[in-house]
Amino acid sequence: MTSFSTLSLYALTVQPPSATQDAISGDFLGNGRQQILTANGSRLAILEVSRRQKGFTEVFSQDVFGIIRRIAKFRLAGGTKDIIAISTDSGRLVTFEYLHDEHKLKAVHFETFGKSGIRRVVPGEYLATDPKGRAIMVASTEKNKLVYILTRSGQTDIAISSPLEAHKPQTLVYCLIGLDVGYDNPVFAALELDYSRAESDPSGEELGLLEKELVYYELDLGLNHIVRKWSEPVDRTSNTLFRVPGGPGAPSGVLCCGEDNISYRRIFNERPDVHRLAIPRRDGATEDPNRKRIIVAGTLYALKGGDFFYLLQSEDGDVFKVTFDVLGGVVERIKIKYFDTIPVATSICILKAGFVFCACESGDRILYELESLGEETDDPVFESDQFPIDPFARFSPPYFRPRPLTNLTPVEKLPSLNPIMDMEVANLSMEDAPQIYTVSGTGARSTFRTTRNALEVLDLIESPLPQPASNVWTTKLTAEDEFDTLIVLSLHSRTLVLKIGEDVTEASNTGLLADTNTLGIQQFGEDCVIQIHPRGIRHIQQIQFPEEDSTAVYVNFTDWQAPAHRTIIACASNNRQVALALSSGQIMYFECDSDGSLAMADEEINLDSPINCLAIPDVPEGSVRSFFMAVGCGDQTVRIYNLSPDMDGLILRNISVQALSAQPSSITINYMRDKSPRGYSQFLHIGLRTGVYIRSHLDEHTGEIGDTRRRFLGPEPIEFARVNAAGESAILAMTSRPWLSYTDPRTHSLATTPLNYMKFKSAWNFEGAQFKGVICVSANELRIFTFNDLANNTTYESIPLRYTPRKLVGYHDQQIYYVVQSENNTMSVDTKKTLMAQAKSTDMVVLKQEQADSDSDKNIVKEEQTNGVVGDAEETKGATDEDEWPPLEFGYARAGGHWASCIQVVDPVTEKAVIHTVELGENKSALSAALVCFESRENDYFLAVGIAENLSFSPYTYKSASIQLYKVSGDGRSLEFFHETEMTEPPLALLGFKGKLVAGIGRNLGLYDCGMRSLLRKAQALQCVSTRIVDLKTQGSRIIVSDQSQSVTFTVHKDLVHPNRLIPFADDSVARYTTCTTMVDYDTVVGGDKFGNLWLVRCPQKVSETSDESNDGQHLIQDKSYLGGTPNRVDVIAHYFAQDIPVSLQKTPLLAGGEKIIFWAGLQGTLGALIPFQSRRDFKMFQQLELALRNDDKPVSGRDHLAFRSYYLPVKSFIDGDLVERFLVMNRDKRESIVGQLTGSWTSESVDEAIWNMRGLYAF
Amino acid sequence: MADKLRAQQQLESLQARYIGTGNSDTTKFEWTSNIARDSLSSYIGHPPMLQYMSIGLGQSRERTRVQFLERMIQPVGKPPETQN
Repeated sequence: MTSFSTLSLYALTVQPPSATQDAISGDFLGNGRQQILTANGSRLAILEVSRRQKGFTEVFSQDVFGIIRRIAKFRLAGGTKDIIAISTDSGRLVTFEYLHDEHKLKAVHFETFGKSGIRRVVPGEYLATDPKGRAIMVASTEKNKLVYILTRSGQTDIAISSPLEAHKPQTLVYCLIGLDVGYDNPVFAALELDYSRAESDPSGEELGLLEKELVYYELDLGLNHIVRKWSEPVDRTSNTLFRVPGGPGAPSGVLCCGEDNISYRRIFNERPDVHRLAIPRRDGATEDPNRKRIIVAGTLYALKGGDFFYLLQSEDGDVFKVTFDVLGGVVERIKIKYFDTIPVATSICILKAGFVFCACESGDRILYELESLGEETDDPVFESDQFPIDPFARFSPPYFRPRPLTNLTPVEKLPSLNPIMDMEVANLSMEDAPQIYTVSGTGARSTFRTTRNALEVLDLIESPLPQPASNVWTTKLTAEDEFDTLIVLSLHSRTLVLKIGEDVTEASNTGLLADTNTLGIQQFGEDCVIQIHPRGIRHIQQIQFPEEDSTAVYVNFTDWQAPAHRTIIACASNNRQVALALSSGQIMYFECDSDGSLAMADEEINLDSPINCLAIPDVPEGSVRSFFMAVGCGDQTVRIYNLSPDMDGLILRNISVQALSAQPSSITINYMRDKSPRGYSQFLHIGLRTGVYIRSHLDEHTGEIGDTRRRFLGPEPIEFARVNAAGESAILAMTSRPWLSYTDPRTHSLATTPLNYMKFKSAWNFEGAQFKGVICVSANELRIFTFNDLANNTTYESIPLRYTPRKLVGYHDQQIYYVVQSENNTMSVDTKKTLMAQAKSTDMVVLKQEQADSDSDKNIVKEEQTNGVVGDAEETKGATDEDEWPPLEFGYARAGGHWASCIQVVDPVTEKAVIHTVELGENKSALSAALVCFESRENDYFLAVGIAENLSFSPYTYKSASIQLYKVSGDGRSLEFFHETEMTEPPLALLGFKGKLVAGIGRNLGLYDCGMRSLLRKAQALQCVSTRIVDLKTQGSRIIVSDQSQSVTFTVHKDLVHPNRLIPFADDSVARYTTCTTMVDYDTVVGGDKFGNLWLVRCPQKVSETSDESNDGQHLIQDKSYLGGTPNRVDVIAHYFAQDIPVSLQKTPLLAGGEKIIFWAGLQGTLGALIPFQSRRDFKMFQQLELALRNDDKPVSGRDHLAFRSYYLPVKSFIDGDLVERFLVMNRDKRESIVGQLTGSWTSESVDEAIWNMRGLYAF
Repeated sequence: MADKLRAQQQLESLQARYIGTGNSDTTKFEWTSNIARDSLSSYIGHPPMLQYMSIGLGQSRERTRVQFLERMIQPVGKPPETQN
């Protein structure tokens, strides 16, 4: 017997993670150009950068359902494209070839080498390829290294050998690269540390003597054997290696980078062969002159003719250019020069086209254009001759002054929410759908972002109109015209005709009837234009503009009068056909005669119900007429009539009917791209007065209606316009806001997305000589806009914040957010000010000294430099500025163990800016915040902020901890310090609760009221949890307390006893490192943990009831604790591995009129939705579909999908929507074969519809 | 007897292959070191976790990664004095 759980969820990714783990450039398409391959979370994407489009286009993207750790590329001799190698947690080495035509990754190799999962000794942490594509090496953090030999077998196949082992126990690997040795035996270089000696030395002396070694592994292709060829001790702090070009005339070897150290080394080198550079340090008043940097990212770029250089980035973001002086293949010296400062990156790619791609650690990824190679700037150049080889020997450290970008210019940003620190979905700006508010980023690049589901449009023209217009059309003058010539506006009982030329002017003498309102304009036949107005049709022949001005001439016009006492209420037309609906319920039909005049058909339709709207599609290519007409009737139906004679030679026969839930307000028919074999199909679009939009497939031959999709768009009747959006035919639906219904460029299924644009009443397609777009009228304005890109259905607005945001607190009534921010290892504002002031005064002293003392040593020269530039800064920025350099580009001045922290008030709706900042001094850092309304303070609002002083992690220490209370002004826009209360431990969680404040103070849960000078404790649950309280949520008297490592504890508050009691009564049996939780209902909690899991736990019904029974909780206290915890345990009801670390969860609707779902945000920028299944039939289908897809569409990473989603605990009651949506991009045969495996009467179309509904009706 | 020998051999090969496979003589030091090293290696290997910790520490991911690797050398302090 099948059993069902009570709840099943559909996990859908709304926005994939944007944190780039690794990025490499290469030619993966095989078209001779370079693309960028990025790995974000579990997604592999290929980006193309083109100068023509000034930016990125995503060529391909696929979820591999595995944790991608490294990516690499290789190309065998004679190959035309780069092959991708990835290392994931699958325990397999997988290589792909990207097939651009089929749009998929073809697995080339699939070699299992170890257990799955991320383990210490299973290779996968490091991946290196031989530059000539002859071998791949994978290594683990400790011990294991495997080498695979690649050979070409036959014309196309690449054969792979069984792995050769190069294991060394008790050895840690820091970095691994493939050396460039030309066509000699492949050599890999690894930075290793053998800790075995320290392991057996109780005195601890050996620990200090451990050496890091640079080890060369040679793969002997002749003997099929890997040997540890050579090794040499290197600087103990070395962390990364870069390959130096080899081959004839090139030096070969490595650049070994460590703290304050960049050295060139090669195999079998002698001491004098080594060349070392120190990493230049920033020279400034707020910089510690002794702080040493490390290199965090970098890239080699080889120029034509064998020359090459490196761009290496230090952890401050400063990029240095390292060049070599090579003489006959021997390195004479190496040089380093400051290049530019860009955000700290995980990967930097230089493209041959002159672009630099920076995959930033946080915030938007940026594409720069390489303006110059840094040869012209007058920054100091440091040579290796200046520095001793031994890093411990004394030397004078190199200094430079950072400056604004000169060699690079930012071209485009790839919006990225990574890292999201907190999120809330709310409808602050009172739109029909809520917005997603996130705080993200780190350091000075932190932002507050508003994300909306909307298409970005490009506004081209806006011009005022003399009076409000209700309708707009554009028309060509003849069938051959390429561009529109006339704009016709229907004003109040008047028609205005404009001519499009150099600029838009009013046209005269066009023959169009001006003193009536217009219902339709159509270019008709060869060279005629018809105007449909309530009393009839005006047919004008050959309108022309012989002069350049706006006076037209025409041959003649004929009027067709509507029958007496009847008016035209709706019309539809195309180039050869016209249909009119009269107020009497008649529909008259006309066709184009051979001379272009109107010929009325003998037949007509008489309907009993009023007619709301008509639609005739455009004439299909190669036909003389379109075949169908759709009529929207007042009796809540849409009827389809045939316009081409049927078998009996009759036309206007009713061939199909669709019943609707309300009266149709607008209908239209067009051709749209879809997944059919032909690539496009005919669709009928119906808009209802209730705001529901229906799209159905309209069969071209039989006129049958099928494959229907419904969606609620807004609470007003829908009007349609057929438009062209980014080169695809689409439908603009106008209701309470404009929507575009189009074909998703990736999945080729229907997508409906609102526009990021104002509301308008009427629109029409616009094709001008300069641009193509959409023309619309809203009240007194005429606007033209266009669509750039339909791939991205979200828009962002961002407001810069000061430091890394920690917590977001909303004051929804006042449309305000409070963000507490803190920055570790950063100098506070006060310290910076003092240092700057000191620097100025020392300058004075130095100046005097200099005058007195003529022999200036090096030190003073240095001071002198400082002097000069600080003076400049003073002139440009004024003395009050506390930052030496703009922190947005250069980051904040660093200071170990120091904190900079502040509270900011953000207005995301009206001012869209930070409106108030409270800076915390004294090395305090803000950890948590809550908006509290104290009952005892006449319901004034206070912002409570949890503070720790001198906080440091591992070990967790602090000097003092407190809760600061800030009084929020009436409009919420400013904060006034009220008082501060000392706490025993840093409060990591605060929450307003029953007119009081509940706080998690370490392990204890306390309830506080506001007193005159401090907070007053009213109740306490001592040792409520076992580690540290990190989150609090409440409903009624129940508080859900999250522990840092022990899941959630259900706690009840009893306020009818004195003193009040807080009693924990249920907790979890699994140790979950909770990051965030939210209550789904009174008994159910959904949470996320640090390992990337999402889970739902529920308190048993009985326990839940007993907890609320008594007023004093006496029996709850008496309950015996069970296994060292609370008396009861919660049940797990669902579990899912999401990969990204959830940082915020919320139960909220996401769409206008949508149902509530669980929405979550992940650290790496993921936005996801958990949608509960409503019908068991759907659930069963999805379950079977998921199962079928797991078998038939195995993840390309080689990871088993079920195992991946059950990474830590078995997946339970979850369907992976991302896997299910793979169905949409499969080819027809595969889809059919999968549908064949489903029980129940499912067809490919109905499965498609069910998948579409899960996204379309709940998320976007 | 032969079975016992084989079991012994299997255990030995297992221990050689997978670090951390314990035996009756595993000391507390070895055991805790293994756990700590496994954890640190896992922090490095899971990109979101490394990022999470780097943000908390206010430093670049590369620096955090190197710190964790350094900590893997002797994660639980000096080894104890041997009895004999």
